[in-house]
Amino acid sequence: MSSETHLKEYVTAMIGGQLFGLPILHVQDVFIPERLTRVPLAPPEIAGVLNLRGRIVTLIDMRGRLGLEARDGKRPVIAIGVESRGESYGLLIDSIGEVLKLDDAAREPNPINLDPRLARVSAGIHRLEGQLLMVVDVERVLDIDMMAIAA
Amino acid sequence: MDELLRDFVTETNESLDVVDVELVRFEQDPNNAKILANIFRLVHTIKGTCGFLNLPRLEALAHAAETLMGKFRDGLPATNDAVTLVLATIDRIKEILDSLERDQREPDGADADLIADLERMVERVGSSAAPAAPKKAVGTLAPQVLERPLRPGEDSLDDLERAFRETPVDPPVVKHAKPAPADAAKDDAAAKGGHQSIRVTVDTLENLMTMVSELVLTRNQLLEIVRRHQDSEFKTPLQRLSNVTAELQEGVMKTRMQPIGNAWQKLPRIVRDLSNELGKQIDLEMQGAETELDRQVLDLIKDPLTHMVRNSADHGLETPEQRRAAGKPEHGRIWLSAYHEGGYIIIQVADDGRGLDTARIKAKAVAQGLASEADIDKLSEAHIHKFIFTPGFSTAATITNVSGRGVGMDVVRNNIDQIGGTIDVKSVAGVGLSFTIKIPLTLAIVAALIVEAGGERFAIPQLSVIELVRARSNSEHRIERIKDTAVLRLRDKLLPLARLSELLGVGQAKDRDLTSGFIVVTQVGAQTFGIIVDSVFHTEEIVVKPMSSKLRHIAMFSGNTILGDGSVIMIIDPNGVAQALGSLVTSHLTAEAAAGSPVPAEQTTSLLVFRAGSSQLKAVPLSLITRLEEIDARKIELSNGRHMVQYRGTLMPLVSMNESVRVKGEGAQPLLVFTDGARSMALVVDEIVDIVEDRLDIQVASDNAGVLGSAIIKGQATEIIDVGHFLPLAFEDWFRRKDQRASTKPRSVLLVDDSPFFRNMLTPVLQAAGYEVTAVGSAQEALAILKEGRSFDVAVTDIEMPDMDGFEFALALRGDPRCAGLPVIALSSVVSAEAVERGRQVGFHDYVAKFDRQGLIAALKEQTAVGCAA
Repeated sequence: MSSETHLKEYVTAMIGGQLFGLPILHVQDVFIPERLTRVPLAPPEIAGVLNLRGRIVTLIDMRGRLGLEARDGKRPVIAIGVESRGESYGLLIDSIGEVLKLDDAAREPNPINLDPRLARVSAGIHRLEGQLLMVVDVERVLDIDMMAIAA
Repeated sequence: MDELLRDFVTETNESLDVVDVELVRFEQDPNNAKILANIFRLVHTIKGTCGFLNLPRLEALAHAAETLMGKFRDGLPATNDAVTLVLATIDRIKEILDSLERDQREPDGADADLIADLERMVERVGSSAAPAAPKKAVGTLAPQVLERPLRPGEDSLDDLERAFRETPVDPPVVKHAKPAPADAAKDDAAAKGGHQSIRVTVDTLENLMTMVSELVLTRNQLLEIVRRHQDSEFKTPLQRLSNVTAELQEGVMKTRMQPIGNAWQKLPRIVRDLSNELGKQIDLEMQGAETELDRQVLDLIKDPLTHMVRNSADHGLETPEQRRAAGKPEHGRIWLSAYHEGGYIIIQVADDGRGLDTARIKAKAVAQGLASEADIDKLSEAHIHKFIFTPGFSTAATITNVSGRGVGMDVVRNNIDQIGGTIDVKSVAGVGLSFTIKIPLTLAIVAALIVEAGGERFAIPQLSVIELVRARSNSEHRIERIKDTAVLRLRDKLLPLARLSELLGVGQAKDRDLTSGFIVVTQVGAQTFGIIVDSVFHTEEIVVKPMSSKLRHIAMFSGNTILGDGSVIMIIDPNGVAQALGSLVTSHLTAEAAAGSPVPAEQTTSLLVFRAGSSQLKAVPLSLITRLEEIDARKIELSNGRHMVQYRGTLMPLVSMNESVRVKGEGAQPLLVFTDGARSMALVVDEIVDIVEDRLDIQVASDNAGVLGSAIIKGQATEIIDVGHFLPLAFEDWFRRKDQRASTKPRSVLLVDDSPFFRNMLTPVLQAAGYEVTAVGSAQEALAILKEGRSFDVAVTDIEMPDMDGFEFALALRGDPRCAGLPVIALSSVVSAEAVERGRQVGFHDYVAKFDRQGLIAALKEQTAVGCAA
């Protein structure tokens, strides 16, 4: 299995009809958000906070973050738990898919005409059978510029 | 980092802190062999350890310092220069330690300069003294490392000295000792048997605290569940769990506690250095150093305290010459004290220096647009002093260099705000200054009030909540609307109100009903305001968790927490609310100013504008009005030819502004209610127009009874109503009125009265009579103003005042040569022959009944004429 070193595992997620992949090393858990507390005056991307086994988790609405249209509100949502700099976050997605092993060598750079809101969080594209998977750079998703939003 | 090295750095830093303090003590008390022995031993230990760990720079420095101190011990005088040099050496050692901690090695560089100085000093202080340790001994002093773990007072100096003198020791001993310094420490402690302690890293404690916090949360959750199930078998064990958790929480909190003395340790040294630098003699007194508080809190107040002490030494205390001239002892004093009170720790920093320069602060506040000139004259001295905490107040160089005070006090307040504390200042010119800081013992777990606003729950820290008021349309406490601003008249104060849901932008805009809800009366610093919430649940001990870094920019929240039912709620930051409230008011005022005529920054008064009898606008200072009422006209009764209304259980007379104002027969009748003591009267008006902020500058005096004159308010000519005219119409004894016109010469009057009502009422009356009025609320304030060198043509003082009454005030004035010539007019509600006689004895020039306004003006006219002639 010499190619093992090049294989990366991704947790796949559907957000607004598009398939995304999050590096599995980043993913802590997957949970259904309950008892979400909205945070007044927060940036629109922040869906709220909730208590997940005693930790306060900040939920980021991926649709908002990626500039996709807002969810219609009826469909259930699911969250992928990630951790960054000692803080817990939940990324709200539409649905969770299987875990894929993909060869890193096959990852292609972002097409130049990719929507800038997608491009800023994308670490490249994998061509799968019948669809494209965008690799999400979790750190960049969490890099919400507070000042720009507050202004 | 190498564990040995880390231990060394930690311990050496601690030792050096002690050396710092002890050296300063030693300098003051050079004959105290005990102190010197202690210093000597500590430095010696450091030196020994350095050799052991192969830190040549540190070792050479420590050695040179030790040699000099050896001279002191041999009986040579510890001169200021010599001590300064040793302190400088210790500073250098600290620098090296810092980089040692960072880079795990000694920094490059040489200390030949310091060492040379030290050696020169050794020679200078007396070559006749016992010979210093030979230089060659440097590298071989290692065996002393065995003493490293020793605690103060453990070994006699003699033993040490012997070891020190018998320098050559064979290296194998060192090697033998090397592997087990920790064991040695342990044995040592065990041998001592008494005070046993172990070193635990802060991280471990933090972790423990976090776990306990979690436990508290879980317990809260369990309690919540059990509350819902009436007779649960869990009840008893849960009660037990709850108690144990509380005890555990307390225990862990205790481990985080550190004596505040740790934050004070560096102060004696700082004060010493400053006193040398500034040529002042300063005594630093510290009380309550053993008072314990949470180390997190301790870290945050360390810098502010240092800053304040530095300020006191630098700017507060005068030079010895100045102090002599002021009749004070040459030695300036700075006090630091700390003690527990309730769940808080109170820290005071005080000095007996010159106090704050009120005039300077005033000028500065006006220059920065924080207050208008007219307003600032009305502010109490205490209020003016609070300006030093205003952000940016101190940045300008003028106040720093000239008056000297207020340097960075905004920064200090910020730090204290951060830990949910409060700071207050008291200053008496020429006598001294004191800061009082009140902070919670711990930050991790606080009591909070759980409230609801806009359908969501929030926690408000109990520390800043003063009281809770239930607002109902028919209750004592009613929310009133002044144009777009909601206010609450609570006892004597008008509180600005803010609806939490509005501040946070939650809930529906339409259900903003002012007749219901709760008002959380909150205080932040000197600012008191009300937060309107929809309902109040209970208080709960909450575990404060920091906001996510993505949400930390929201000033309205200080953190979040998990409630017993498992949901997350935001903790309101009262400071943020105060700021939002401030900017609301400011933006409101700016909008007003932009719409109307430009308002000069110096002089504005809040005025209530209304119509009565004609379309002519009339105004009265808002501060005079107790309440605005709208009553059902059918409730107005006619009794003995006068209109009356039943108001709060008594009959309140209604007075019409003039003949053309008709008391309405039906509908709602607007009234302006004036209250003084138990009496209330209401002025009948046609319509309340607005509340405005503008200059009150009466340009045309009026001959009409009841009108002081006309002023331009927001671009329109407006009659300023003389409330004093209407009060006796309701109660004949309220005032006795004479017909007399006042002089128009601009003379200055110092008005002293503890009742804001009279100050507010008399100020415009006297101003209208052509006097410049400075109103203060107490005799002490008046004396302070006079001490500053302000002069007045005449003083008018109330007799009945708390603390210092009018008689005492007059006596104090007579006792001061600068003020002895100041005519004093006494105001009193009781004019008995006896009081008049006593007044004459203490030196009152005139005695006027409190409500005899015209009599007062006549008396003023007479006294200022005398003053003029004199």
